[in-house]
Amino acid sequence: MSLDAATVRRIAKLARIRVDEAEIAILQTELNAILGYVDQLNEVDVTGIEPLSGGAQMAMRLRPDICNDGEMPEKILANAPDRAGEFFAVPKVVE
Amino acid sequence: MSLTDLTIAQAGAKLAAKEISAVELTAAHNAAVAALNPRLNAFITTTPEFALEQAKTADATIAAGKAGPLTGIPLAIKDLFCTEGVRTTAASKILEPFIPPYESTVTAQLKAAGAVFLGKANLDEFAMGSSNITSGYGPVENPWKRNGSDAKLVPGGSSGGSAAAVAARMALGATGTDTGGSIRQPASFTGLAGIKPTYGRCSRFGIIAFASSLDQAGPMARTVEDCAIMLGAMSGFDAKDSTSAERLVPDFRAAAARSVKGLRIGIPTEYRADGMSTEIAALWEKGVAWLREQGAEIVDISLPHTKYGLPVYYIVAPAEASSNLARYDGVRFGKRVDGEDLIDMYERTRAAGFGAEVKRRIMIGTYVLSHGYYDAYYLRAQKIRALMLRDFTLAFDKVDAILTPTAPSAAFGLGEKMADPVTMYLNDVFTVPASLAGVPAMSVPAGLSAEGLPLGLQIIGKHFDEETVLAVSAAIERAANFTAKPSLMAGGAN
Repeated sequence: MSLDAATVRRIAKLARIRVDEAEIAILQTELNAILGYVDQLNEVDVTGIEPLSGGAQMAMRLRPDICNDGEMPEKILANAPDRAGEFFAVPKVVE
Repeated sequence: MSLTDLTIAQAGAKLAAKEISAVELTAAHNAAVAALNPRLNAFITTTPEFALEQAKTADATIAAGKAGPLTGIPLAIKDLFCTEGVRTTAASKILEPFIPPYESTVTAQLKAAGAVFLGKANLDEFAMGSSNITSGYGPVENPWKRNGSDAKLVPGGSSGGSAAAVAARMALGATGTDTGGSIRQPASFTGLAGIKPTYGRCSRFGIIAFASSLDQAGPMARTVEDCAIMLGAMSGFDAKDSTSAERLVPDFRAAAARSVKGLRIGIPTEYRADGMSTEIAALWEKGVAWLREQGAEIVDISLPHTKYGLPVYYIVAPAEASSNLARYDGVRFGKRVDGEDLIDMYERTRAAGFGAEVKRRIMIGTYVLSHGYYDAYYLRAQKIRALMLRDFTLAFDKVDAILTPTAPSAAFGLGEKMADPVTMYLNDVFTVPASLAGVPAMSVPAGLSAEGLPLGLQIIGKHFDEETVLAVSAAIERAANFTAKPSLMAGGAN
């Protein structure tokens, strides 16, 4: 499978990365090189094989559904680029 | 012997015997960092005053008779571990202003063990790379040089700053993280020992996430025993990491002293990849001979899906990265670039904050997870990952550990292997399979290339059997008797 320029633009949009028009052709070449390389996986017969999603040799552990942390708004907001009181602030979404 | 040239074990013994103080040891390392870091760029942030404070505390602990093997030992911390109150960047511009309000579990455990933190070591941006050239804070120079050449070489990656710091005697040991080879390949490139433990052995809490099903912390040091000492302090169950293993931490240091007599060591046919250099092949043969001489039995084995390791990795890791890195949106932490509206702010922030390799991987990950392509790429890769785990499981029915080269070459020059992303990815061909299977693997220095550069051998073990990995690695270390030192190091040239 080979990506066209429109698909590269769509991926960039989905990934929320602004890409200048001049970068599209370069990205297209690089991404296609990577996808060309992984194409060899199509040689493998995977019939009846269960996918392995994690590295851990165990089932996901559950914990009691209780609140065990919190009440630290200043710590949480300390790195915010912008804030309003005890909230993160972002550009206006609704006029 | 100069204070910066000690091993962790030697320094620990001298501290315990009160021959040296932790403050003296730390001051010597602070001086080495001040002298060499402007050239090597191994640290993004240095914390000399903080280190001296920790050293004073360590001296008090020693005086009170409560010291452990890491009390007063100066370490470099890869800048992927969150350290409370100390800037943590992941070598990305997007995290330039980030000061974590909390401590990673691994560094908290090292602090509790009395270790001293010299600073935050450089790395490839978000640990994505094999040469440290993707760092947003400049590349790291390998302290090793080719014979008769002053050309700048890469230290490997992604834990390249950690590797350069320890090799150049700026630190006695360092933390690294390994997703596809990021501890083992730089260890090989700089003449160090480094172990990626079993997935789940060290907590991932507070380590900035790249690919969560693969990321593992581990130590890098100048000897196998030093790695064992550090690993003991870094390991253990942590309720804050849902994939942390509920296992007791064995005595790794004792394991590193075990004999390999009677152990069965597997040699996988498939690693004799086309085009393996004769130098690497010869080193591998030497490793086989060394283990045989020490009483191990050598067994030919097959890991049939080895060649699919890299392509599986370059689907799985970017897919997980695209999801993990979605959090960098200019809202809660990190840098923001203002835009016309919220979406425009996200897009400008991420365009300015991420480097080229990180953007490529996020975009590949986004594509392979997108509607219509998920089954063809991501699901298929996960199925082949299952086959690779099965390869290892079957092999470990027959052998106790596996011996391979760590990397296909010695350290290469800055600017080489840059033609396209895939050429750089091939560095990890021997390290990625163990990452995908989640098994422990270690690189140990085994010799020098014809050009005078270090080369490592890799020892792969069963899940949670780091003890055998350490024992076999120590056997290689003993036989190889690797005493070469880099051209650039504290205390003067080799």
